[in-house]
Amino acid sequence: MDKLKLVEAMQLKKDIPEFKPGDIVNVHVKVKEGDKERIQEFQGIVIARRGSGMNATFTVRKISDGVGVERIFPLHSPRIAKIERVKEGKSRRAKLYYVRELATKAVAQKTTA
Amino acid sequence: MVRGILGKKIGMTSIFDENGESVPCTIIEAGPCFVTQIKTKEKDGYDAVQLGFEEHRERLVNKPLKGHFAKAHVKAVRWLSEFREVGENGLKLGSEVKVDIFSQGEVVDVIGKSKGRGFQGVVKRHHFSGVGMTTHGASDRVRAPGSIGSSSYPSRVFKGMRMGGRMGFEKTTVKNLKVVKVIPESNVLIVKGSVPGAINGYLEIVRHN
Repeated sequence: MDKLKLVEAMQLKKDIPEFKPGDIVNVHVKVKEGDKERIQEFQGIVIARRGSGMNATFTVRKISDGVGVERIFPLHSPRIAKIERVKEGKSRRAKLYYVRELATKAVAQKTTA
Repeated sequence: MVRGILGKKIGMTSIFDENGESVPCTIIEAGPCFVTQIKTKEKDGYDAVQLGFEEHRERLVNKPLKGHFAKAHVKAVRWLSEFREVGENGLKLGSEVKVDIFSQGEVVDVIGKSKGRGFQGVVKRHHFSGVGMTTHGASDRVRAPGSIGSSSYPSRVFKGMRMGGRMGFEKTTVKNLKVVKVIPESNVLIVKGSVPGAINGYLEIVRHN
């Protein structure tokens, strides 16, 4: 399995900040429009982290115009320019899927450190 | 240049391409291989190059093979395979073949032995749909093959009738796999998609034509 790790190691990012489910993060995503590239921000609560190595992903949820939006990002994707931890949260579990059923206010209460 | 190389399946992962898309990839340890025999039309009836891959303990090699390796001045190898070669290829007995015969973007075919499935029934092995429902006392017929022929004529089952039996561990070719990356320093070849067989299974990687 060594050679598998070697190939993966070439792609793994080393500057990923520490963050966990419950935190509020701001993800800077590179968006390509024609031949121009710009940065789009996606800020929300991390509700899950899964996988290891190259296959690691994390899920960010936000409420946009009253509609819940979730995006799953590959952690090591080159399209992610930066991950910023805006606020540290508190959580008793690893997957916060239950926040989908909660009101915005209740989510904040549940995950405030 | 030889058409192909021998290798070993290491495993699968994903790699991000230049657009940031995640590409599913198989990692193959390919080579270094050594030319153990060159077959010619005059002598053997056809042109081919025989390659050997992966070092083998000397004491596990039998005498005929030992002599075969000594002739080519190569160390004992575990696996031998031939590639048909037409015309001049500049290869000599004992010369080394490495992954750098392939380059990024090239298209290859990968030949290997598929994973063995053991004794399987007709539903899995031949995609039969089974006989029927679980009601009306037929609950034991769900994965059954049904009729295998008629009675008084021909009074036998035709040869080649599809039935249950050993499945898998057959020579399998996957065509048109794109080479995503070649790392000559560590003898690694990365192709897009999956290849036949289990991890550590032997593979032949041939340039597609």
